[in-house]
Amino acid sequence: MSGAPPDGASPGTPEEAAAAAAEEVVRGTGGTHHTGVLSGIGRRIGRRLLSSLPAILGVVVLTFLLMRVLPGDPAVFFASGPSAGQEEIEALRRDLGLDKPIPVQLLRYLGDVATGNLGRSLTTGQPVVTDLRQRLPASLELTLCALLIALSLAVPLGILAALRPGSPVDHAVRFVCTLGVCVPTFVSGLLLIYVFYYLLGWAPDPTGRIDIFAATPPDITGFLLVDFAITGNWEGWWSAAMQLLLPACTMALFVLAPLARMTRASMLAVLGSDFVRTARSVGLPRWRVVVVYALRNALLPVLTIAGIVFSTMLGANVLVEKVFSWPGVASYALDALLSSDYAPVQGFVLLMASIFVLVNLLVDILYGIADPRVSME
Amino acid sequence: MTGMPPRAGSAPPLLRIEDLRVAFSTRNGVVEALHGVSLDLAAGRTLGLVGESGSGKSVTAYAVTRLLDRAGRVTGGRVLWQGRDITRAGEGELRALRGAAMSMIFQNPRAALNPIRSVGAQIADAIRAHRDMPMREARVRALDLLRAVLIRDPEHRLESYPHELSGGMCQRVMIAMAIACEPELLIADEPTTGLDVTTQKTVMDLLARITAERGMAMILITHDLGLAAQYCGDIAVMEKGLLVEQGPSATLFRAPHHPYTRRLIAASPTPRSTIADLARAAGEPPPPAVAAPRPPLPAGTPPLLELQHVVKDFGGPARAVDDVSFRIAPGGSLGLVGESGSGKSTLSRIICRLLDRTSGEVLFDGENIGGIPARDFHRSPFRREIQIVFQDPNDSLNPRFSAFDSIAHPLRRLEGLRDGAALRERVVAAAARCGLSADLLGRFPHQLSGGQKARVGIARAIAVRPRLLVLDEPTAALDVSVQATVLYLLDRLRREDGMAFLFVSHDLNVVRLMCEQTVVLRAGRVVEAGPSEALFESPRDPYTRALLAAIPHFDPAPELQAAG
Repeated sequence: MSGAPPDGASPGTPEEAAAAAAEEVVRGTGGTHHTGVLSGIGRRIGRRLLSSLPAILGVVVLTFLLMRVLPGDPAVFFASGPSAGQEEIEALRRDLGLDKPIPVQLLRYLGDVATGNLGRSLTTGQPVVTDLRQRLPASLELTLCALLIALSLAVPLGILAALRPGSPVDHAVRFVCTLGVCVPTFVSGLLLIYVFYYLLGWAPDPTGRIDIFAATPPDITGFLLVDFAITGNWEGWWSAAMQLLLPACTMALFVLAPLARMTRASMLAVLGSDFVRTARSVGLPRWRVVVVYALRNALLPVLTIAGIVFSTMLGANVLVEKVFSWPGVASYALDALLSSDYAPVQGFVLLMASIFVLVNLLVDILYGIADPRVSME
Repeated sequence: MTGMPPRAGSAPPLLRIEDLRVAFSTRNGVVEALHGVSLDLAAGRTLGLVGESGSGKSVTAYAVTRLLDRAGRVTGGRVLWQGRDITRAGEGELRALRGAAMSMIFQNPRAALNPIRSVGAQIADAIRAHRDMPMREARVRALDLLRAVLIRDPEHRLESYPHELSGGMCQRVMIAMAIACEPELLIADEPTTGLDVTTQKTVMDLLARITAERGMAMILITHDLGLAAQYCGDIAVMEKGLLVEQGPSATLFRAPHHPYTRRLIAASPTPRSTIADLARAAGEPPPPAVAAPRPPLPAGTPPLLELQHVVKDFGGPARAVDDVSFRIAPGGSLGLVGESGSGKSTLSRIICRLLDRTSGEVLFDGENIGGIPARDFHRSPFRREIQIVFQDPNDSLNPRFSAFDSIAHPLRRLEGLRDGAALRERVVAAAARCGLSADLLGRFPHQLSGGQKARVGIARAIAVRPRLLVLDEPTAALDVSVQATVLYLLDRLRREDGMAFLFVSHDLNVVRLMCEQTVVLRAGRVVEAGPSEALFESPRDPYTRALLAAIPHFDPAPELQAAG
């Protein structure tokens, strides 16, 4: 008398198979998934780039108008000296095209932008494109390193906190995150300089990207770490890395909170989900449940946040750049703004808007690869 | 880890639960969910664990496998696996048992599978959890398992993700994972809830065959007595954390001893139960009106609602609703049945005028209301004539509205009744007719039970005295005993007010009980229509026959059936 099922459960295999076939609702043929991903991504990239054009145009126009509204006259500012006569100022103004009505100026500017000419900086005397091209790698290198440091700290901290919610670990993580958000970067930056440069003497002078006496590598990518690595100059690489470490940590500390909190919240949600319970019910080892089943799912929202954090950091790290005399784009834009230098500010805003679009696009593509449900659309 | 001393002469059962107690720590202190449950399960046997929500049937299973959520804790008693006490076993020891000795399958199979991992990889994971095997070999095994659970085209399915499979397919994958390491016990926690009745049958048949072939024991946790009766050798009935009755399914349903078992059996709709049974289950005397059938309407009475060749095309490969025509007489009741994707929800939303039809006529009281765009219908005088009771009583009430506000809302909006004595009177009257006392009206949805929320939903719908009530699976989220009282209430309201019902449901027994006419839909088309009694007694269409045959049923004791 074994547990033979009562009536209705006879092993009618052919019938069952037929019923199974009838029951099957095919929503997408499994085998074609991977080929579909690539063409799907291509289409999505095109669509996203097109749909972001109006936003970028709006940003450009708005910045242009804003600069004209702000007080300050570049012609006065850049006239030869306080003794410059009215005539000289008028001549400069004509030179800069500032005597034309604003709509005409705007049209000319848009025409220039379309041909890749962002104007000339009056402060440096160079084309804005050249300035930005020189300074952007510095900002990108700093921001990327800071983001990597922040992620490599925030994700483990968030996981630890989520595995034991309410425990001392959780509270400690929360404390660190709160501290990172509360302390302004110029305070934490100065504090780090005080401790690691002044007291301990571990860090090099906080003056720019590279020691003033060291030889700069050939300008290949503009990223010092990459250029040093390409030329095989490991001594220079080390010095550049040291130079980078303090400002990167300062920025990382600031963005630790959103990343760690997001990881924690998303891990908590996933750990409580049905499929994690399934993974436990078949006896998977704990690390495998946490890493393969929980973490991979939990990282999806973290990816989105990381994209936003990166874009924000790139433009908002002006304080860090100032404290560490970092020759980045944000401090460049600030200097230009203070001296009513229109072109660099407008160029900077356009650059930031484009980077924002690109980063979001990248996040979208990564998301599509990581989550098969997204690429189905 | 020393087991209990073996009893003389007999091997220990596969699973023994002794006086098991489980408590959950909640915001309001510690709540005990199991108050001492004991049961035995021999190898190869099938046990059905039945009871309503909150009875502790799932908690019992999760306490055995120790997959209780963080707040839950075993506070007393023992769990013996083949004579070995595993109540205090460490996580490592339990991990070795889970999947290899006992495994589980769950409700809502699509959520139970990892959405971003292919099903082949997930099955291979389950194999590799207990077998030292390279991935390549594990995938070959996974393919065999997919064949064993009768998945068509298994080579391709290995690479599929859960969202590409239907619910029934996902449950098959889940079964494949559960049997991957040949456990001796399979615990199935409401494995077919939410699946269509024909899918339920194929999944359950498969489960029964696999467990029988492999000599596995099974615990089937379900609220559906019919399912338990059909697929289990033994039944254990649970109520409020206690096991109240236990016995072979052949005899338990014929001669239930415990009053709760009797109530549960009486409340479960069967192919033969009547409204009077529900009345008794609800603890209310059947009114005389129930006994007498409604007097037939004089010939030539125009129908209240008439559908003529209604079509809805969402632009997909097939039409969601394809040329459907039927009529409902004033005070009549029509049941719309069909499986998911049959178009019954789309059709009911067209009739409620929440959705526009592509073509065809919707006539209400002779007026063509199908021509009024859905987004303007709220201004039409017909809005108050057609009211809706929604499926989920939890989600269909605004959590920031008290019961009073919910019921008053249509009165304010549709009748322009402003705050005051008149409004209060109407709300209280509607609530009272639905069995809600006035002191409950100040409560918010989270302070009400499921049955009370269902009553608020019904009171809201009848407050403006509609002539047609559209009921979209009104009891699908309720326990059977609550369902019985709600169905009884609905039937009484219909007879007293002369309202017409359009009853949308996948539960054919409920439709047979509640409706005079039945329309069977499949893939947007009417397969069969006619008086319920004739249709259920002698279905003509093979699809209707298949649907009816798929309903799990049990034969209750004659005494519980006959009296009325």
